[in-house]
Amino acid sequence: MPRSRPDPVQVVKQRRDTALSALVHGVPYIQFLGIEFDRRGDELTAVLPYDDKLIGNPMLPAIHGGVTAGFLETTAVIGLAWASLWDDIEAGRFDVEELTRGHLPRLPKTIDFTVDYLRSGLPRDAYARARVTRSGRRYASVQVEAWQDQRDQPFAQAMGHFVMPTPDE
Amino acid sequence: MQGDKSKFAEQFINLIPHCQALGMKLTDIGDGVAEMELPYSEQIVGDPETGVLHGGAVSALMDTCCGAAAMSHPSSPSGTATIDLRIDYMRAATPGQAIRTRAECYHITRSVAFVRATAVDDDADQPVATATGAFTVERR
Repeated sequence: MPRSRPDPVQVVKQRRDTALSALVHGVPYIQFLGIEFDRRGDELTAVLPYDDKLIGNPMLPAIHGGVTAGFLETTAVIGLAWASLWDDIEAGRFDVEELTRGHLPRLPKTIDFTVDYLRSGLPRDAYARARVTRSGRRYASVQVEAWQDQRDQPFAQAMGHFVMPTPDE
Repeated sequence: MQGDKSKFAEQFINLIPHCQALGMKLTDIGDGVAEMELPYSEQIVGDPETGVLHGGAVSALMDTCCGAAAMSHPSSPSGTATIDLRIDYMRAATPGQAIRTRAECYHITRSVAFVRATAVDDDADQPVATATGAFTVERR
């Protein structure tokens, strides 16, 4: 059987970016913190642009531990949802129209989330990447790392467990 | 509320920009125990279809409340920073209801304060989330 011609690069990119954007921009809390996602192929980097309202200790000053936790949890949940939707997005089975109309796919639910605060978060942009270490039908484990100026000096790392949405939900 | 330390902790918490942005309020503090409240707001919703608040907002509440409890402990000199914090999510908070949390610093050494907290909504018998964490004890 002859291999079908791959879709043009613009079509592929637009399909991926529309899906990612709908996923990220549909959640009010992600907008409240101002988190955006950079995409290179299937690899996502979460970006948290600095804002004064993110400060937790005005004397240092340092980013609030709750902001760091929320940023890491968002990176984990979006990373997990993205990984589990990837095959459908690539195959064009994913209904992007539904998504842009505000019908988000059910997101994974956090069971628990543990954050290690390695250094204080400085008043500047922060970045984070998630790694899905186990992805089962019902449960998943995700590790996340966040850094600011230097990639090899993370200011926080986290580990979380999630319940995957059931297909009929 | 009692003592200078509690007053200092209260003033400090009310000045935190992120807590102001979330409308968080300290409702009680003293002797290693703190209570705080997070009002419901649509801007911090995590699931737009159900209106349930995002875990990140609950984290901010838990982290602040645990830090306040550590700061208000009689053996703590003043400032503190989070070493680690684990949050367990028992159930979704009911949309429209405020989340209240109570944190207790149940053990403190010269360098570490051990804190645990529980968060509830209007149904106070069914916790929304619990947290356990370790906080630094700043040397004077």
